[in-house]
Amino acid sequence: MPAVQETVERVKRIDVDQYRYGFETLIESDKAPKGLSEETVKFISQKKNEPDWMLQWRLEAYRRWLTMTEPTWARVDYPKIDFQDLYYYAAPKPKKTVTSLDEIDPEILKTYEKLGIPLREVAMLEGVEPKVGEEDPAKRKIAVDAVFDSVSVATTFKAELKKAGVIFMPISEAIREHPELVQKYLGSVVPTSDNFYATLNSAVFSDGSFVYVPPGVRCPMELSTYFRINERNTGQFERTLIIADKGSYVSYLEGCTAPQRDENQLHAAVVELVAHDDAEIKYSTVQNWYPGNSEGKGGIYNFVTKRGDCRGNHSKISWTQVETGSAITWKYPSCILRGDNSRGEFYSIAISNGFQQVDSGTKMIHLGKNTSSRIISKGIAAGKSQNTYRGLVTAHRKATGARNFTACDSLLIGDKCGAHTVPYIEAKNSSATFEHEATTSKISEDVLFYCIQRGLSQEEAVGLVVNGFVKDVLQQLPMEFAVEAQKLISISLEGSVG
Amino acid sequence: MNVAVAKTGKGRAVSDLFTSAEGRLPGSPAVTAVRREAFETYERLGLPHRRLEEWKYTDLRALVGEVLPLAASPDAATLKRAADAVKVHAIDGARKLVLVDGVFAADLSDVKALVAEAGFKTLRETLDKDAGLLKTASIDAMIALNAAMATDGVVLSIADGAKLSAPIQIIHIATAASASAFTRSQVAVGKGARATIVETFVAAGAKAYQVNDAVLVSVGDDSDVAHIRLMDDAPDAVNVTSQFVTIGANVKFNFFNMTTGAAVSRLQGFIALAGEGSELSANGVNLLKKTEHGDTTLVVDHAVPNCVSREIFRAVVDDRGHSVFQGRIIVRPDAQKTDGKMMTRALLLSDEAEADNKPELEIFADDVSCGHGATAGALDDSLLFYLKARGLPEKQAQALLIQAFVGEAIEQIADDGLREHVIGVAERWLERRQ
Amino acid sequence: MHHLNKLDTKMALLEVKDLKVRVEEREILHGLTLTVNEGEIHAIMGPNGSGKSTLSHVIAGKPGYEVTDGQILFKGEDLLEMEPNERAAKGVFLAFQYPVEIPGVATMNFLRTALNAQRKARGEDEYSTPDFLKKVREVSKSLNIPQDMLKRGVNVGFSGGEKKRNEVLQMALFEPSLCILDEMDSGLDIDALRIAADGVNALRSPKRSMVVITHYQRLLNYIVPDVVHVMSKGRVVKSGGKELALELEASGYAQFEDAA
Repeated sequence: MPAVQETVERVKRIDVDQYRYGFETLIESDKAPKGLSEETVKFISQKKNEPDWMLQWRLEAYRRWLTMTEPTWARVDYPKIDFQDLYYYAAPKPKKTVTSLDEIDPEILKTYEKLGIPLREVAMLEGVEPKVGEEDPAKRKIAVDAVFDSVSVATTFKAELKKAGVIFMPISEAIREHPELVQKYLGSVVPTSDNFYATLNSAVFSDGSFVYVPPGVRCPMELSTYFRINERNTGQFERTLIIADKGSYVSYLEGCTAPQRDENQLHAAVVELVAHDDAEIKYSTVQNWYPGNSEGKGGIYNFVTKRGDCRGNHSKISWTQVETGSAITWKYPSCILRGDNSRGEFYSIAISNGFQQVDSGTKMIHLGKNTSSRIISKGIAAGKSQNTYRGLVTAHRKATGARNFTACDSLLIGDKCGAHTVPYIEAKNSSATFEHEATTSKISEDVLFYCIQRGLSQEEAVGLVVNGFVKDVLQQLPMEFAVEAQKLISISLEGSVG
Repeated sequence: MNVAVAKTGKGRAVSDLFTSAEGRLPGSPAVTAVRREAFETYERLGLPHRRLEEWKYTDLRALVGEVLPLAASPDAATLKRAADAVKVHAIDGARKLVLVDGVFAADLSDVKALVAEAGFKTLRETLDKDAGLLKTASIDAMIALNAAMATDGVVLSIADGAKLSAPIQIIHIATAASASAFTRSQVAVGKGARATIVETFVAAGAKAYQVNDAVLVSVGDDSDVAHIRLMDDAPDAVNVTSQFVTIGANVKFNFFNMTTGAAVSRLQGFIALAGEGSELSANGVNLLKKTEHGDTTLVVDHAVPNCVSREIFRAVVDDRGHSVFQGRIIVRPDAQKTDGKMMTRALLLSDEAEADNKPELEIFADDVSCGHGATAGALDDSLLFYLKARGLPEKQAQALLIQAFVGEAIEQIADDGLREHVIGVAERWLERRQ
Repeated sequence: MHHLNKLDTKMALLEVKDLKVRVEEREILHGLTLTVNEGEIHAIMGPNGSGKSTLSHVIAGKPGYEVTDGQILFKGEDLLEMEPNERAAKGVFLAFQYPVEIPGVATMNFLRTALNAQRKARGEDEYSTPDFLKKVREVSKSLNIPQDMLKRGVNVGFSGGEKKRNEVLQMALFEPSLCILDEMDSGLDIDALRIAADGVNALRSPKRSMVVITHYQRLLNYIVPDVVHVMSKGRVVKSGGKELALELEASGYAQFEDAA
């Protein structure tokens, strides 16, 4: 039918070349020598003025990594990575301690301005209608930690957070200033031996964010990190560690972009979350790394390990992700539900287009009693992309009363793409109650025609219907991110309008 | 134990397995060459283990460890025992084809009645002319081992337009303890035909035996075929069966498997919809207790447009039983207008029971309607209470609910008589439980 | 063909000329001719399979129909050359027989997106949020549509009557110059039908024409037409005043089946 064909044609043209964040910032940088060795690890540790325990921790990870092989089980296909052909450290020059925003290289500030990241403390959010009952967004504040290549360049609202007792700083600083906290928690959720990429990260991570929310504190603002890869041939290995102590609450947002380049760039981050008794962590990601061009050249390899540990009773960890970028995504934000009555949530939108490959999902590991989890995954495949949901739900012997609900829906746009669902559902005790449902279909032509008859163009209709399809997940995002994500979804699918 | 490393003691034993059996494996030198190649594949891969995605939940290295030597050919005494078993397990009115310890037993079979309606030969008779019977596209170690070691099997051909008046029942009987039987069969159904094939796996006094069976089924256009399998092996047996089905156009194919025994069992079915307009109904039940491990793996491959597939699977797991269901629906790039649905549910009757479900969708065409659902949990307490309040004892109330639960899968068997027979087998399992 | 002198001076809004349409390999319309002048209400009646819905779909530009011959002019412009959304912006509105459900897309958001898309296409300013809300409130109130219905997904969980009222709401909001009501009465009980018809009648204006497609005469008791056409086997076989509908009610379609 003509409309089907037309939709397909238009979406096919969806130009991944249109990536809006593909500019490059020309600044001098300080790099480690190419390649990976104990020397590289020592170089990084030295650059960071790290204590010896940290160096030893890294070296142990590095030695472990040498014995490991790359995982091959994911449904992604890429040429072998030469780990000796990468830079493992790049920091903007001149490197000195930054005490106020004015001291940051104006080029970097400009970059963040282009990205729309409010680094200036006065930055207000525009054009967002407040929902009834919500505070005016113009009055809301977001504390930002901006990570440029591998190094944190600015953390805003530090003073105000300090008043509340919240520690929010680059992890490199935390290693020096709060060694007792870092030593206690680093690697306690994702051990250095966890998997190939996490182990690599443990050896060479250069920066990332650190958050500690003390007992009983509700973090007074959203915390946010913006990651930006700028350098050529550089791997980015951030490490994020968030600890919510008893009865505390924190909401953390993460955004990512990278310049447009012909070669593939590796991003292998590790995020660890720890929630103690009655604590809650909400972690949201809008991932928009460069996806490669319309021929599938270039783009980020996004091989990320994210895991939350609901260590305390009645703790809660909620992951929300909007994945639109990267050439390859390999990512499973997970929850270990260790504490009794703890709860894990995973809300995901994964959009793939062009030649993108996504293999993403979650693991809900039920260990404590009466734990519950919820998974809502929405996959949209267009172009020649492959989009896989892979998820594990497991209830161990002693996890009595474990409950899970999973709903996983896929939408196909065009007949050259693939959408796959690979759930692993493991019930190891009789009181576990698991429910899982999945559907795969295409956008209904009747629905598209209805919208078009009301005056919408083909692309607008597709954008509208897709946004409806993912609404359950969008609602989980903090409002300002939801608006950004909604636009991003339309951009990823619309391409050249008109 | 990694048998792929041929240098180890166990690797040596496996090689011996082939060389010591070679004299008894039928076939010309050409066939022997095919067998050798298959055995080399098996030796290279070794027993499947959990690091292989397809065998993730059924680690044969851990569960089985080694392949037992080939069972001796049946003698008069074993055939007598087998004959008694046939009486118990034969389906009324069905034409029986009996394989005892991997060898066709003509005296226990209804060859005369059968050949009036369908072509029949044993694998032994056919192999020299068609070594291709030992070949499949799969590189699965257990399938390769089967090709190397198959001693016998049935080769059925149902002509175009033939409508069989009675089901054909292939009965696999194990009489030899601590030994292996390898069988490979072929069922070729022509166009516009109608047939019902039943396969039954049982023991006649044998303990701790191993079965490795493979069946190659092809169904011609416009045919209507039912294929029912009952894996009712001895509690300490191992049974790995591989099933390849290719379905033509406008076919109705009704598949059902029920596992009610064996320490370790796996049915791996690969069903390809290769002609348009066909309807597949593929269903199964695992009834497991003690430490039984039962794995049903079904791959439904929509290779062409306009087919419908429906899968219903039920597992009931008691004691420390472990049920595995892996169901994959593949929709190939050209298979537009595919309608594929799969529902798998597990009922855990004990705190130590385990049910693993992996319902997969692998979809490369856009104009499709596919979905799956999976649940796991205990019996509904409120329903149990209702029944108990009406005077039913606990076990009986459970039995009633379990029957209803597995009934949803068994109901899919189209033939009334066979459905009743399967319900009977399930009921006996429930009675043993009480 | 029945000639209506009093309308001769009016401007033709929609002119369908000798239209031939195929679906797959089968011809559904075999040379249909129809002229609707500004401000007129035309009823198109006919048995199932006569091609009534096909006509409405082709005017709106639904994919899947192949026009093999003939012309459709709208305000003198060739409608067949336009995309469906361009037709909508020009003022063609199709009230669907079975309005679709769009999960996750709030009705309010849908209305605003569609209205602004049409305005933008016409080179008009988009509505500001307060102006839009005001307009929706006015219109929905007059149609007895509760505000919470507008927060729900488009038509999701709506009753048959609610779906049709939502169609009328859109008609009122978008202010089209041609409304095609495709079997508006299907699935409605008498009360729901009256509410929807009252809504339509309130939109009657000398600048707006309507094509009311129906199988039954009953709808025409509520929406009284100026002209009635009888369709059979892909053609208009008879045209007349509103009394023609009553005549059909009494004698049925059988007489025309032979005539076609």
